[in-house]
Amino acid sequence: MGPGLIREAKASLMSLDGTAGVMINGEHRRVPSGTSLAQLIAEVGLDPQRVAVERNLEIVPRSTFGEVTVEDGDEYEIVHFVGGG
Amino acid sequence: MTDTWTVADRTFTSRLIVGTGKYKDFEQSAAAVEASGAEIVTVAVRRVNISDPKQPMLVDFIDPKKVTYLPNTAGCFTAVEAIRTLRLAREAGGWDLVKLEVLGEAKTLYPDMRETLLATEVLANEGFKPMVYCVDDPIAAKQLEEAGAVAIMPLGAPIGSGLGIQNLVTIRLIVEGAKVPVLVDAGVGTASDAAVAMELGCDGVLMNTAIAEAKDPIMMARAMKLAVESGRLAYLSGRMAKRRYADPSSPLAGLI
Repeated sequence: MGPGLIREAKASLMSLDGTAGVMINGEHRRVPSGTSLAQLIAEVGLDPQRVAVERNLEIVPRSTFGEVTVEDGDEYEIVHFVGGG
Repeated sequence: MTDTWTVADRTFTSRLIVGTGKYKDFEQSAAAVEASGAEIVTVAVRRVNISDPKQPMLVDFIDPKKVTYLPNTAGCFTAVEAIRTLRLAREAGGWDLVKLEVLGEAKTLYPDMRETLLATEVLANEGFKPMVYCVDDPIAAKQLEEAGAVAIMPLGAPIGSGLGIQNLVTIRLIVEGAKVPVLVDAGVGTASDAAVAMELGCDGVLMNTAIAEAKDPIMMARAMKLAVESGRLAYLSGRMAKRRYADPSSPLAGLI
C-alpha cells in the first residue's frame, strides 16, 4: 500500500468520528470536520488581526480565514511578533 | 537644520534603530525605546504559544502605528528559512521593510553571505525592501546592493559581543562605496562605540544588547540617543586634521 492510499485510508477513518486532526505550531489538535480557519483561530483563543498563518507551508491571507476549511492532516504555523534584535 | 535619512522612500529623523529583545519585560522594552528616540525597532517572528494565547503581546506595549516595526530573521540559518519567516512577517504586519539576516554558525553569528545574497534577490523580486545584515566586505556590500538591498548593515563586531567597532577601515570603505544607507548592525557596547560608527559616516546604528544588558537600560538608551546624535554632528562638522605633535591653543605672541 503506497503513502497515498494510507493517507486516504486515514482520512476516511478520521471522517468517521466527524473530526479532523491538525498540527498547530507542532501540537496536535482535533476539531470538528468543516471547521473554518477563522473558527480554528477563535477556538485556540487568538485575535486574527495579530497573527499570521501558514497552512502546509503556504501563507493564508488574513482576508480568507473565513473561507478556508480545515482539512484532516493540515499543518499550521501561527506566528506573531516578539521582542528581538 | 533638519538632518534626516531615507530608506526605501521612508524618511526618518532618528538614526538609532533599537532591538526589542533581552529586556526584563515589555514595560522596560517600551521605556527603553521611548528613551532612545528610535523611530524603528526590530522585532522577531515566533510561534504563538497556543497553550496560553492570552499572554501579553509586544504590540500592546510598543504601538506599530507610532514606531516602525522592522521584522527580522534572527535564528535563520538558510535563505529558505529567512524567506519563509519574512513572508509570514509581511502577512502579520503588512510591512515590506524588513531586516534580513542569515546566520552562518551559532558561535560567531557571522552572516552566511552566500545564503544572504540569495535571499536578498528572492525577497527583492517579491517586492520586499530588505535591510541586510552582512560582513564588513565592500565587495559583498556592492553585490547586496545590486541584488536589491535597500540598506547595507555590516557588523562592527559579533552580535551581542559589545566589543565596539573593530573594523573602522572596512566600514568606511563600505560607506564610501554604497548608494544606499549603511548602518552598523551589531558590536556596539557603549555610547562611544555608537559615536565612532556615526563619525565614520554611517547613516545609522542598530543595537539591542548594549542597551538591554546595561544595568540601567533606560539611561543607556538615552546615552545611545545622544551618542548617535553627537557622532553624526561631529561627522557633518568635519573633524580637524590629526598632527603628530602639539600645537598650542593659546597665542605665542605677547608672552610676558
